Amino acid sequence: MKMSDQELYQEFIIELFKNPLNYGSISDADYKAEMYNTACGDRIVIYIRVKDGIIVDAKHDGMGCAISQASASLFTEHIRGKTLEETKKLGKDDVLKLLKLDLSRNPTRMRCALLPLDAFRKAVKAPESGK
Amino acid sequence: MYDVEKIRQDFPILREKVGGKPLVYLDSAATSQKPKEVIDAVSNFYLKSNANVARGLHRLGEEATRQYEEVRFKVKDFINARSEREVLFTKNTTEAANMVLYGWGMKNIKEGDRIVTTIMEHHSNFVPWQQLARMKKAKLDVIDIDADGKLKEDELEKIMGAKFVAVSAASNVLGTLNDVKKICKLARDSGAVSLVDGAQSVPSMKTDVRDIGCDFLAFSGHKMLAPFGTGALYGKEEILQAMDPFLYGSEMIHKVTVEESTWNDLPHRFEAGTPVVAETIGLGVAIDYMKKLGMDNVKRHKEDVTAYALKRLGEVNGVKIIGPKNAHERAGLVAFELEKVHPHDVAAILDDSGIAIRSGHHCAMPLHLRLDIPASSRASFHVYTKKEEIDALITGLEKVKMVFGA
Repeated sequence: MKMSDQELYQEFIIELFKNPLNYGSISDADYKAEMYNTACGDRIVIYIRVKDGIIVDAKHDGMGCAISQASASLFTEHIRGKTLEETKKLGKDDVLKLLKLDLSRNPTRMRCALLPLDAFRKAVKAPESGK
Repeated sequence: MYDVEKIRQDFPILREKVGGKPLVYLDSAATSQKPKEVIDAVSNFYLKSNANVARGLHRLGEEATRQYEEVRFKVKDFINARSEREVLFTKNTTEAANMVLYGWGMKNIKEGDRIVTTIMEHHSNFVPWQQLARMKKAKLDVIDIDADGKLKEDELEKIMGAKFVAVSAASNVLGTLNDVKKICKLARDSGAVSLVDGAQSVPSMKTDVRDIGCDFLAFSGHKMLAPFGTGALYGKEEILQAMDPFLYGSEMIHKVTVEESTWNDLPHRFEAGTPVVAETIGLGVAIDYMKKLGMDNVKRHKEDVTAYALKRLGEVNGVKIIGPKNAHERAGLVAFELEKVHPHDVAAILDDSGIAIRSGHHCAMPLHLRLDIPASSRASFHVYTKKEEIDALITGLEKVKMVFGA
């Protein structure tokens, strides 16, 4: 069954939309990537700082819906303190678990939820030039 | 007397439920719903007349060709073209614009020429000209909007000395109705070729290409009660005669040898390959349907609903309406922002109540960048929209605000 809005918009998701975690940019980021969701105009930028193979800082900015913003907050929170190598293995199911959502019947919302992960993957595969 | 309840009877989908709730369809600017007559025309063609056009020497093929070509005359009358040779069938407005880009633009635009368009254009009437300018090292000049979402009068001067001008008759986000007659006259006076994007205007009001004075006009069938895959490009005959084909292949040729080919006459020169025959016949029925309602009545109805939507939305705390404040300055749509809630969430929560609106950039990213907003929500109306559906939208928005504590 498609998730209804009551199921989708859990209180903690709305709260994270209003007061996001790790919102902002990192000027000396080791990895950075921007992603767009062309269907709805969402934009997200992920910034990562790595020291000795460990993610010491992770931030995000941009504009998006409640789902993509909550996902960005939870995802950046989740990867902080982990090794870059282990976070590279994170996938769709890990993100959905963080959001406590089953979006298998909400394909458009799935894209919102996965936007931060997609940006992260794009970032860590291609370090910023000069780094 | 315009009886919207009676009209709604003609649209079977309006009796459908989505997620157990009655459908409130407020996304007609994306695509309109189709009356049963149109749906039946498509299925009847396949049931009774299916054959390829312009080649079969058998009776079925002749009948299919007759029905198909009859639609060309209907389109010609609907937009008041001089001749059916000025009506080229296309898949949609985007394809029509590309036909002009490749058939006319590549041949006529030279390095240093100026192309003029506006900041409110849909990508289909923006990206082709941006790319044409790049390919030909021409300059793209963009007319800006004022705080009301109307084209800045003084920037119309940019048309002077331009080679090509592309403008929409109605914006799909602001709703703004542009004075295309004036713009095309300015273009004509300065020797520029003009193209009018009629995607939102042709389904909303009477269209007269001779009165507008445009060289090209493009529109899509699916926004005016017709099936997907239908549309037309109107072009002045003398311009079409001098234009190169866009797609090469069957139907568009006159004679083919191993060494060379010669081109078919207008309009077939621009219609390579087997067309969407059944759907085009559906377009003909859709035109009949709109004519039966009367385009002046359609315009009045859409204006009525738009005025009501502007009023009701204006009463909702936190709603900011985008575009002109008066319904008579608009096509039948209203885009808006809801404070502290992202448009995607607005649309998702409304959807849960069976209300279909669009959220996003509506294929008008340059406009959203200009307005400095990432996205917007849009409710759009058609011949079958009733005021009770606007009431449902307002109730839905109150629910959105509740979910978000906004």
